Amino acid sequence: MTEPTAVQQADLETKNESRTRRPSMFSGPAGRNAGLVLALVLICVVGTVTGGERFASLDNLMTVLRLAAVIGVLAIGMTFVITSGGIDLSVGSVMGLTTVWATTLATQAMAESFHWVVMVFTAMVVGTVAGLVNGLIIAYGRVVPFITTLAMLASARGLAEMISDRQTQRVQSDAFIEFFRREPLGVPILVWIFAVVAVAGWFLLNRTTFGRRTVAVGGNAEASRLAGIKVQRHILYIYGLAGLTAGIAGAMMLGRTTAGTSTHGTLWELEAIAAVVVGGTLLVGGRGTIVGTVVGVLIFTVLTNVFTINNMSTSAQLVAKGAIIVAAVLLQQRFATRSTPT
Amino acid sequence: MHGIVKHFPGAKALDGVDLDVLPGEVHCLLGQNGAGKSTLIKVLAGAHQPTAGTIRLDGQEIRIPHPVAALEHGIATMYQELDVVDGLTVAENIYLGHELASAGFTRRREVAGRTRRLMERLGHPEIGPHREVGSLSAAGKQIVSMARALSRDARVIVMDEPSAVLDAGEVDNLFRVVEELTGQGIAIIYISHRLEEIRRIGDRLTVLKDGVTVGRNLPVASTPTDELIKLMTGKDVEYAFPARPGVPQDAPVRLVVDGLALADTFQDVSLTVRGGEIVGLAGLVGSGRSEILETICGARRATAGTVTLDGRTLRRGSVTAAVSAGIGLAPEERKSQGLVLDEPVYRNVTLASFARIAQAGWLDERAERTASQEQAAALDLRPRDVDRAIRTLSGGNQQKAMLARWLVHGCEVLLLDEPTRGVDVGARSEIYALVRRLADAGTAVLVVSSEIPEVLGLADQVLVVSDGRVVRSAPAQEIDEHQVLDLVMEGTSA
Repeated sequence: MTEPTAVQQADLETKNESRTRRPSMFSGPAGRNAGLVLALVLICVVGTVTGGERFASLDNLMTVLRLAAVIGVLAIGMTFVITSGGIDLSVGSVMGLTTVWATTLATQAMAESFHWVVMVFTAMVVGTVAGLVNGLIIAYGRVVPFITTLAMLASARGLAEMISDRQTQRVQSDAFIEFFRREPLGVPILVWIFAVVAVAGWFLLNRTTFGRRTVAVGGNAEASRLAGIKVQRHILYIYGLAGLTAGIAGAMMLGRTTAGTSTHGTLWELEAIAAVVVGGTLLVGGRGTIVGTVVGVLIFTVLTNVFTINNMSTSAQLVAKGAIIVAAVLLQQRFATRSTPT
Repeated sequence: MHGIVKHFPGAKALDGVDLDVLPGEVHCLLGQNGAGKSTLIKVLAGAHQPTAGTIRLDGQEIRIPHPVAALEHGIATMYQELDVVDGLTVAENIYLGHELASAGFTRRREVAGRTRRLMERLGHPEIGPHREVGSLSAAGKQIVSMARALSRDARVIVMDEPSAVLDAGEVDNLFRVVEELTGQGIAIIYISHRLEEIRRIGDRLTVLKDGVTVGRNLPVASTPTDELIKLMTGKDVEYAFPARPGVPQDAPVRLVVDGLALADTFQDVSLTVRGGEIVGLAGLVGSGRSEILETICGARRATAGTVTLDGRTLRRGSVTAAVSAGIGLAPEERKSQGLVLDEPVYRNVTLASFARIAQAGWLDERAERTASQEQAAALDLRPRDVDRAIRTLSGGNQQKAMLARWLVHGCEVLLLDEPTRGVDVGARSEIYALVRRLADAGTAVLVVSSEIPEVLGLADQVLVVSDGRVVRSAPAQEIDEHQVLDLVMEGTSA
């Protein structure tokens, strides 16, 4: 008898109800984000105190934002996947694959004779296709997302190595590099792209039927199905979307590093997942927040920046990051039981 | 057990139940759904604590504060959903939780030997200790479950509808095992809906009704069926059912189900529902009634037959097709199948109506709220606030929100599976009145309920389902509870 009885559920409900009535600054989506922003501000204060001018400068801010941009785009796609109750472990390696595919001789030759946008387009198509393959296997093959995307993680990385012969492939197009070096209004183009993706992601999640379906499927897939939603097709789209963001991130990575390699994006899936979860999206699905994800990405990037400025070894940084992820999720769970979305 | 009372917040599940069980007897527990049988056995198993009353074992008053204590007292319970772990072997399952071990290592050989002896005692030496339980049939799993009870030296074994998962041959086998166990002085508390089985196996029986013992220690052999059914149905249900205005002869036929079948579940179900008519399906749990509704709305793919709405035949196995044609299902398990619990009421209400609420994929939250508020007012949803998480609503109001979902969508055929499950008594009449009002407005309604009075009181036309077949179809006025019970109870065992 694993099913809770009606009575136990009724008990639970009354508990939840009494909890919602207890006012807390952390209850409700706005409150949760406020808590995150508070954490971000706190880290910035620590950075300013310990790093002084080296941290609190416009230059450093732009460096942080540039670093946050690529992982941020991955995390936006990941937000949709996790909100729907899934997980995508392959985004990092798919991103690596898109950088390699976009810099093959064939692609670059085409880009030269036509326009450098061909490379960006290639990256986006390759990423989307990889995502759709994930989605097909998960939705129609009914293989759990964890395994499917783990397999994609390995295969995409392997495919990237085969295509590139494990060589670093330099971007030949000067126009491409030139474009990604631009800084309209003093802000790097990568940051602009991240901003556009984040805003689009926010609208998609909060203002469209696509977003509503994502939340509903993550909250209760069976209820969604019985309400007439095509759950399988929707899951296919969601993984396709995650692949698309991996492609966009791949193009951005090419712009930042001017080279494609199969090692791009190693372990970035974990960073993206960490940012999403710390941001307040529930790992079990049913609740997602783009604003939270953006702040989550910023928290991790600023933290790395502060650690680096203080000459902390990368190994120690990893330990600290791990501790922060656990602490954040523990806090999130406490607030999650206390608040219901309003 | 004597004078057991169990209060739940807002409801009295048990209100003075007595049960005497002698060693070596099969004591049958009889009662309709909601009579308190499950609660009673949960008290015995230590899963619930009684509010009052005493439990005595061999004259000693005992307390059962938790499930392990029940086992220590020698009381084992076999639940309807067999609680064995498929991935483990037979021996591992039997000794789960009380493994024979020295210094953390299981004594495999001894465990295997004991398992073999238990299986022999149960008359099933062919089930070896190293078989994986997942590879056994339901009957085999039941034997394992029984062996586990014996391995704990159980003196009282509670069996909750053990025959529900078995076919006729396996039932014979089960009864042989039960006889062996009682021969060894073990007392069995046997719960079943099937009178015929109770007649074969039982010694004495106790009848529960509305949480009260209404028949105590009756001899199974000499108590007539008539009297048992009278005891179970007892006094009239207090709910007020709305008056039937009668369906006009010229009302259009909306839903036609013809020869619908689902492999191994139900066969050859045909029915029609006219606009303004409420058709009820009555039957026991496992008779296939819920599956019939789920198949009509496409949640299960029919193996034969057709569903036609207003002359248009629906694609099989597609909920989306059924919903867009105008069929809405309010499922049995509202929380797990119907609602997105953490989302606000209005989002649950509009979940099926994006085509109407959204333009080119963009949601109009204001339109969503307006549509939900209109329905909330029409259905008297309490609280009226559509921004509340639907989790915080009472069962009755959650059900109203489910209805609101289909009304916003414009559904004209409603399938209601257990519409008052988890709805407290006061709110039931309200749901009944609501359903009738919808029908009066021209909606075609198909209702399934395990509570026979509910079907009889609410529906215009009643179909009795037993073992996946419609065994009787009659206007509600021409059939009574007694007849329905007779049909489903005597008619089931193969």
